[in-house]
Amino acid sequence: MEFIIITLVKTGLVAFILLTTLAYLQWVERKVIAHVQARVGPYRVGPHGLLQPLADVVKLMTKEDLIPDHVNKVFYVLAPFLAVFLALLSISVIPFGPAVEIFGIKTNLGLADINIGILLILAVSSLGVYGIALAGWASNNKYSLMGGLRSAAQMVSYELPMALAIAAPLILSNSLNLREIVDTQAGNWYGIPNWNIFTGGQIFGFFLFMIAAFAETNRIPFDLPEAENELVAGFHVEYSSMKFAGFFMAEYANMITVCSVATVLFLGGWHSPIPSQAGSGVFAALVHFAAAGMLFFHAMHAARPFDKITFPVFGVVISGIGAIFLAGAFVWPALGAAINGLFWYGAKTFILLFVFIWIRATLPRFRYDQLMRFAWLFMFPAALLNMLITAFFVALKG
Amino acid sequence: MPQGYLPIFLFLIIAMAFPVIAILTAKLVRPSSPSKLKLEAYECGIEAVGNSRGRYAVRFYIISILFVIFDVETVFLFPWAVRFHQLGWFGVIEIAVFLAILIVGYVWVYKKGALEWV
Amino acid sequence: MDLILFIVFAMFAVASALGLILQTHPINSALSLIGVMGSLAVLYLLLGAEFIAAAQLVVYAGAIMVLFLFVIMLLNAGEERNPWKAPVVAYIGGPVVIFLIGAFVYLINFTLPPMRSVSFGDFTGGGPREIGMAIFTKYLLPFEVTSVLILIAIVGAMVLARKEID
Repeated sequence: MEFIIITLVKTGLVAFILLTTLAYLQWVERKVIAHVQARVGPYRVGPHGLLQPLADVVKLMTKEDLIPDHVNKVFYVLAPFLAVFLALLSISVIPFGPAVEIFGIKTNLGLADINIGILLILAVSSLGVYGIALAGWASNNKYSLMGGLRSAAQMVSYELPMALAIAAPLILSNSLNLREIVDTQAGNWYGIPNWNIFTGGQIFGFFLFMIAAFAETNRIPFDLPEAENELVAGFHVEYSSMKFAGFFMAEYANMITVCSVATVLFLGGWHSPIPSQAGSGVFAALVHFAAAGMLFFHAMHAARPFDKITFPVFGVVISGIGAIFLAGAFVWPALGAAINGLFWYGAKTFILLFVFIWIRATLPRFRYDQLMRFAWLFMFPAALLNMLITAFFVALKG
Repeated sequence: MPQGYLPIFLFLIIAMAFPVIAILTAKLVRPSSPSKLKLEAYECGIEAVGNSRGRYAVRFYIISILFVIFDVETVFLFPWAVRFHQLGWFGVIEIAVFLAILIVGYVWVYKKGALEWV
Repeated sequence: MDLILFIVFAMFAVASALGLILQTHPINSALSLIGVMGSLAVLYLLLGAEFIAAAQLVVYAGAIMVLFLFVIMLLNAGEERNPWKAPVVAYIGGPVVIFLIGAFVYLINFTLPPMRSVSFGDFTGGGPREIGMAIFTKYLLPFEVTSVLILIAIVGAMVLARKEID
């Protein structure tokens, strides 16, 4: 009974945090790209556009939802549903932090802890093709169908190198359970964190995985399905209102999933690169205090009147979070273990998400024949080779 | 059921309910005034010509059939990877033989030019 | 818990299977087949075969059905005629189906030796480790032969598609 209640609470929490993150990821993306291009980005709704996601939701909700005459209605509605539902589902096997014991409740930070975690993620992401292919087909529009077909072919082509790139760290960890994979990456080797990307020698594998991840999530430079200048918007040309939002939500959810998987497989999951738990807690606290200090500094030289109020408020909140990390480091180690794990998992995932956004602001798009050539003639053999070499060295080590 | 799958089914319900609820609530608040022009296929303002469901390049078919074949191969790699420490050198040889046969096929397909997207 | 999930997904599997044969549009049928594959994966899982469940999703639902969908989309296969309208189907098909179902029930119930009923949680050897051990030690030869089988599939696919490439 207790287990079921804890599970219910955790499921609700994860769903809430995931959906909020999805909304704010879009704000982050717009802000980052804006600053790369020397603009300010969302600014009007709330301080620094922080309420922009809310405004977007209201706007998309109240927008007229057109279902064109010529579409296949059932599949037209089913496609965005499938896309969102499958994209959200994979997050349920990601471990966010270690097993902790707070208030006498012992639990894993993360929802499901299953033996075939990574395979389940692969399976669900391979099902993700249907949402896009069906959307393209059901729309009964030349642009949509072309976008849907391209996207489906691209996603299946990059799924192979992705699976092969995943297989290499599995040889090191000897498990398909994501929690066990993270556990094998604990500790350090002469000061180098024992993560698969460093001591496992998976740098090459990590890059292969990330490239495949960009293609799987249809992000620039692989966003051929929605190449604006040739296909208008690809598979979602005919979509509006919440159904349109669904595809975007699915894209961001997929981004979070692949970044989490990269963190778990290659970057040591929730493990801190700083050996001692207290030290890692102090580091997290320092990061927060530095951020708060920056906010206080800017509040002193505020360019706009409301910054004088909003900056210190956020500064106080962030330094409060920093204080919790300090307390975790010195007063309450059980809490410290939990929040440190979450901090490092979150930090790594967020850095990878930032790379996704950064690359979107930087790189142009591939041509379609280049994209397919790259998948089959470089990615596939390279990933296979990477896996075989890994196997060879692991066998050599005994 | 093996241990630990319960949360997945719980999350499955949430993940299914969320898009349904979102689309239904949107239905309650949004306006709806369809007109003939709005409901036409979007082709940059020009009237749509012909049917969109024509026949498309056979490349897509070749890619997907090759994907099915090599996907079966990768699925075999996972149970091998989790048993690798026990298998050791024996495992390396096993998988090398398995992959060698498939790489022959891959090279042959490449020579045939099926991997080039023209 | 297992029983509830079993009933839900078994019903879904049967409903999808019926949809598969009763629908007239090939895309509807293909999607129903995906539904069958998905619910079969859950049924495997309930019986303890974790790895098979995942492989079912990856290979059948995620790869083979994508191929089906591609072929249907590429050939632009249209709606089929409703077969129920043909008198042969309506008057002979129904009785034949009922007879076949009856024959199956009879064969399974009365001629096969009585089987121990399966219960949830009996089988525990379905994890990836156990499967790996079985494939790579006990069934090594069939595994290696599989690669030849896959090679034949590659050759076959290319020969079939070559007409179109040239």
